[in-house]
Amino acid sequence: MSTDTSFVVRSHEENWLPVLELAVEEVFEIMLGCRVKPVAPSEQTPNAEFTAMIGLAGALCGILTVSCDAKTAAQIAKSMLGDTAQSMEEVGDALGEICNMIAGNFKNKLAGTDERCMLSVPTVVSGEEYSFHSLADGNSVETVLLFEGAPVAVRLQLQS
Amino acid sequence: MDKIRALIVDDSSVMRKIVERSLRQAGIDLDKVVEASNGAEALVALQNNVVDLILCDINMPVMDGLEFVRQVHTVDSAKDVPIVMITTEGSESHVVQALTAGARGYIRKPFTPDQVKEHVLPLLGKKS
Repeated sequence: MSTDTSFVVRSHEENWLPVLELAVEEVFEIMLGCRVKPVAPSEQTPNAEFTAMIGLAGALCGILTVSCDAKTAAQIAKSMLGDTAQSMEEVGDALGEICNMIAGNFKNKLAGTDERCMLSVPTVVSGEEYSFHSLADGNSVETVLLFEGAPVAVRLQLQS
Repeated sequence: MDKIRALIVDDSSVMRKIVERSLRQAGIDLDKVVEASNGAEALVALQNNVVDLILCDINMPVMDGLEFVRQVHTVDSAKDVPIVMITTEGSESHVVQALTAGARGYIRKPFTPDQVKEHVLPLLGKKS
């Protein structure tokens, strides 16, 4: 099993970033009606007042996170739900679902991985003074996109 | 078009709203929408509500969607109600498990209202 898992990880790692970017673009276009393109992460770093995270276990083991500032998270929720009033709980819920769909869409695009990779239910952290550390010590890829002019970071960290 | 009573099962309240909106956009005249946040809640909801259609996520706490579909036959009034899975799980094994358990349709997230229309209307005896 471990050998098989290593093979899957090695065979895909060089292609993870474009696959992740495509997964992100599709989720934003279909669920938010918004075309987004990645920007250089060094140019735009979001103030991570909201971080949604989802665990991956099996052939891929690690965590996928989506981070943005509070105003952008609220705008994402508004785009998903329309003009109905959104509570802080709904804003977190919306970002968690975006994270969930990106993770699912990403693994569905990796041939041979989807059948043997499970997703956790999403968790969302909000606030201003927190730091996030994943114990996954392997490769990581990150894409930053601009949603209505504000950066949203999507990061995949995998256990080696 | 007859009015439809729907049960929407998803641990995300945002996603339940989006599914309901997609049903309305598909032209389905909703008489009543019952919501549940996991399979166990959905089974209880079915004891108290008669519905014509069930839309259900898979990855949920307490009881997941596949187990819910396996157990739904225990509720007499829900035995023949069509169930459509709406989930991020896109693997063939999940699709096979869901359809084997009794689901009649399978939609992968992210989804468009057109996909909901295409999968749901035929189950209600309507053209998509």
